[in-house]
Amino acid sequence: MNNNHEKNKIIISGLSFFYGAKQALRNINLDIKENEVTALIGPSGCGKTTFLRCLNRMHDLYPESRYEGEIVLDGKNILEKDIDLIKLRSKVGMVFQKPTPFPMSVFDNIAFGLKLNGIKNRAELSARVEKALRDSALWDEIKDRLNESALSLSGGQQQRLCIARAVAVEPEVILMDEPCSALDPMATAKIEDLMTDLKKSYTVVIVTHNMQQAARVSEYTDFFMMGETLEFDRTQKIFTAPSNKMTENYITGRFG
Amino acid sequence: MNSDNKKCNFHYSARRAVNFAALGASLLSALFGIFFLFWILKDVVVSGFPAINAAFFTELPSPPGVEGGGLANALLGTLMITVIATVIGVPSGILAGTYLSEYGRKSRFAFAVRFLSDILVSAPSIVVGVFVYAILVKPFKGFSAIAGAVSLAIIMLPVVVRTAEEMLKLVPDSTREAALALGAPHWKVTVHIVYRGALRGIITGVMLAVARVSGETAPLLFTSFNNSFWNFKLTEPTATLTVSIFNYAMGPYEDWHQKAWGAALLITVLVLSITIISRLIVRGRTQQ
Ligand SMILES: Nc1ncnc2c1ncn2[C@@H]1O[C@H](COP(=O)(O)OP(=O)(O)O)[C@@H](O)[C@H]1O
Ligand SMILES: [Mg+2]
Repeated sequence: MNNNHEKNKIIISGLSFFYGAKQALRNINLDIKENEVTALIGPSGCGKTTFLRCLNRMHDLYPESRYEGEIVLDGKNILEKDIDLIKLRSKVGMVFQKPTPFPMSVFDNIAFGLKLNGIKNRAELSARVEKALRDSALWDEIKDRLNESALSLSGGQQQRLCIARAVAVEPEVILMDEPCSALDPMATAKIEDLMTDLKKSYTVVIVTHNMQQAARVSEYTDFFMMGETLEFDRTQKIFTAPSNKMTENYITGRFG
Repeated sequence: MNSDNKKCNFHYSARRAVNFAALGASLLSALFGIFFLFWILKDVVVSGFPAINAAFFTELPSPPGVEGGGLANALLGTLMITVIATVIGVPSGILAGTYLSEYGRKSRFAFAVRFLSDILVSAPSIVVGVFVYAILVKPFKGFSAIAGAVSLAIIMLPVVVRTAEEMLKLVPDSTREAALALGAPHWKVTVHIVYRGALRGIITGVMLAVARVSGETAPLLFTSFNNSFWNFKLTEPTATLTVSIFNYAMGPYEDWHQKAWGAALLITVLVLSITIISRLIVRGRTQQ
């Protein structure tokens, strides 16, 4: 964990997470740098999704879940009871593994989030929707379909719409859980380009099963195993000279 | 190679035969159901059509034994009572369904509500009629349109509650999570996202509930009863098409039987048009 000149956006210390009696995360310590892409890799079921959903307290929807430890975002522990979840989630956006378009028009999908932030003026809404779609390289493809149902878009377009929707409300952190796992290579390439753009203004945490993708888009990589961090370092270091044998085996495809 | 081929062919024909049998059986069952539906419809149309004329829609019933007259007051009564029942039953049903699907979920109270509404669904409608008789007719010393509407609303309620819940549950949790992840409060997710996704199903469910109660007779016999004259007051006995069918079909005159068929045809057309109109509304909305 060299390069101390980069600012830590999120500092995670001693984080454990439980689904009822089942422990899914064990004592995780990790720093997430501001305006960088951090990749989470590891075999299925090791807790990547669980970890990501701690960062915006998505688990709170399900009453059996329990956190331990600290997640400090901009100096404030977001695991505290009295934290305003609505504020937290407008600051920490999320893109899910499967596209999650709302059952309404393309325009309304993006306008929904904007309206939450108090933007009511029709002209301003239109401008912000257009900007979000341009930023996610979707504008040219669907500018004539803004009033169609978002459910009629292709899977790749739906996923980029979800990214546009998350970006439109200008969060500070964007969490992405295997955003390309259901997409074809073309759509994947578009989303990877997008991530590289995003890190100019956002802190991005992405879960991926695709080693090349992690190597291409991320600056830091965290290797997860059985709910624990096995190795966390610069992506370049992890992929060229991992210090843990397990990491090496996983990256070279010997298991996972 | 050759024998392999034969074996393949054999398997193929066996699968074809099974497929054919399954298709045949399901087709026959469908025909069986549709057959009775069309039989009933045919009888209603053939026997009811001659009774339909201008007087049927505009005139009051004529005195017993006198030919002519109409069922205008009963038509109005049915519309009035059904509309009021809908106004009472649908909003409360949808809100209760929303509670079950969006808030109560696995809580004990939600289980109790589900269990009770399942019991209420299967409660005979005549029991509901007697119940409303006991709470609204007896104490206020008289049959009334409002009592009829309340009994229909009670019959409607559990149907609306359960369909609303089922339709809301069809909206995937991932959609709710996505909206919450944008920083939306729970109620906005429910109103702007979940309702939007469940709209089509809820409207269909509500229409089915309305259609179901508009054909009810037994509870109305105990609540709104009947009236030979116009009635615009909610607190007075009120004629309805279904109760008129019951009375006229039981009566001794051929003209009454005709009127009963006519009323049956009318109520069938009413229910059918409610259903068709709701379909059109829903289709129009989803194409936007
Ligand atoms: N809702 C849940 N309830 C109980 N256990 C869960 C739940 N979701 C995930 N798990 C368990 O937690 C572990 C981590 O899962 P997950 O975070 O989804 O892994 P990953 O995303 O790395 O594939 C797995 O063992 C999984 O079975
Ligand atoms: Mg996962």
